[in-house]
Amino acid sequence: MKEMSKIVRTVTNFVYGFIIIFGFYIIAHGHLTPGGGFQGGAVVASAFALLLISYGRLITKKFLKKDIMSITESCGLTMFIVVAFLGLGITFFYNFLANTGSWFGNTTVIGINPGDMNTGGVIPLMNIAVGLEVLSALGVIVLIMAGAAEFTKKKENS
Amino acid sequence: MKKIIFGIAFIIFFSFLIVSAINMRTFGEPNYSEMDDYFIENAQSETGANNVVTSVVFDYRGFDTLGEATVLFTAVVGVVALFRGVKK
Repeated sequence: MKEMSKIVRTVTNFVYGFIIIFGFYIIAHGHLTPGGGFQGGAVVASAFALLLISYGRLITKKFLKKDIMSITESCGLTMFIVVAFLGLGITFFYNFLANTGSWFGNTTVIGINPGDMNTGGVIPLMNIAVGLEVLSALGVIVLIMAGAAEFTKKKENS
Repeated sequence: MKKIIFGIAFIIFFSFLIVSAINMRTFGEPNYSEMDDYFIENAQSETGANNVVTSVVFDYRGFDTLGEATVLFTAVVGVVALFRGVKK
């Protein structure tokens, strides 16, 4: 996969950071606004795909390490299951942090309101875990498939 | 012959669709709404999240999300296993 023209690369330089920021915004505000872990992770992974398409695989490999992303993916899934197990005193997936006053535990105002970032109990933690897992999973898939496509093309030519 | 069988099957299937579309309930009035009402009433006070959809996905139906995350993980494992022989 070669790098694309200079126009595409310049626009990528402008847009790349903003797409990642927007994705992490969707992940972090999952309990207040539409969206959540899956959607935000997909947005961040689309930024990775944009970098891969516009700059080619050899330059992208310096920024995105496949092994690190593979580790983050496993960490995300493990964190999700661990948070689910922490509420096991009552039930699996029990929201033990909600309305307690500690982490993410402010009492929610009932009714229509703009929302407080520090509410939601376990839900923001799970959003972050799932978002981490989805963004690194899709990133790993994109990176590996790009490498494999290059390999097969080389093999056909020889 | 094949076309005739296909046509008859198509007509039967399509008539089922038409009948069920005519007999459909009016929009926005489901027969059973106890669960929806429960979520709308209690989701904010029980889970503390303003977004009721997220509180259903990550709290009430947490097992579903666990399954989805595991499916994605399995897909990545499959892709990595498929291309493991490819030179970097």
